[in-house]
Amino acid sequence: MFDLTGKAALVTGASGGIGGAIARALHKQGAIVTLSGTRAEALEELKTSLGERAHVVAARMDDPADIDRLAKEAEAAMGGRLDILVNNAGITRDNISMRMKDEEWEKVLQVNLTGTFRLTRAAMRGMMKRRFGRVINITSIVGVTGNPGQANYAAAKAGLIGMSKSLAQELASRGITVNCLAPGFIATPMTDVLTDDQKKAILGRVPADRLGTPDEIAAGVVYLASDEAAYVTGQTLHINGGMAMI
Amino acid sequence: MSDIAERVKKIVVEHLGVEAAQVKEEAKFIDDLGADSLDTVELVMAFEEEFGIEIPDDAAEKIQTVGDAIGFIKGTAKS
Repeated sequence: MFDLTGKAALVTGASGGIGGAIARALHKQGAIVTLSGTRAEALEELKTSLGERAHVVAARMDDPADIDRLAKEAEAAMGGRLDILVNNAGITRDNISMRMKDEEWEKVLQVNLTGTFRLTRAAMRGMMKRRFGRVINITSIVGVTGNPGQANYAAAKAGLIGMSKSLAQELASRGITVNCLAPGFIATPMTDVLTDDQKKAILGRVPADRLGTPDEIAAGVVYLASDEAAYVTGQTLHINGGMAMI
Repeated sequence: MSDIAERVKKIVVEHLGVEAAQVKEEAKFIDDLGADSLDTVELVMAFEEEFGIEIPDDAAEKIQTVGDAIGFIKGTAKS
């Protein structure tokens, strides 16, 4: 089950903790992967550790021309195909709303939401032609529950969910599924910076009483990318240790 | 140039699964041939591929009938 041999996958934000785990997991299932992100060095390292069937195309998600180039170069690198798109790239600019600057708001929306839309639109054409596609947007638990200090991030992540449901309806008849995966608190460099007190406070809200691992998120992506998940579309898969049950 | 018309009609028949007799020049893709909006996008993609041309979005929006498509492609081929 969940064999991805011969499938071509593009993972954005692959230099991050969750993105890297997703790329590894897809690769392990047999997929060809293209790693994207802004930190070329980290991407090259990951590519080297994966060995064959791995490519790197660095790109900025706040630059429309760069996004179009990414879609084209990723397809070209993978023999003219792009079957699985994992939109994982995301940034945070946390601040309470009273203090949030326009640029903090705009930057997060631009990268996390607008960039994802642009890349998905660029990838759609080939997927429609081939009558197969898997778009997996990595959203967040806070896109559903909200989080103080993250009005921008929560808005962008909630936006991804609405966008995915619309795309899912547009594309279902062409064999393309569009789903979201919403991680809770996962142990990554992004959460390493939290103080012990903050972590304790978070864990108080997690019935599983631990942070999740990037591999547990990657496993969900593998499922949504598989042939077996062909009838799952427009959904949000929550992987959060029971932190929110929606 | 009639060759272009034949090729366009063939693509429409194959893509929309309609009878060749229905594919008249005045036939509208959506109203007469049962296409949905995504079908029209795919038809444009198929025309681009078949004729090695690029059909910009604003031109694509104006292609509503089989004749519109033939006309546009002929115009592009001449220029």
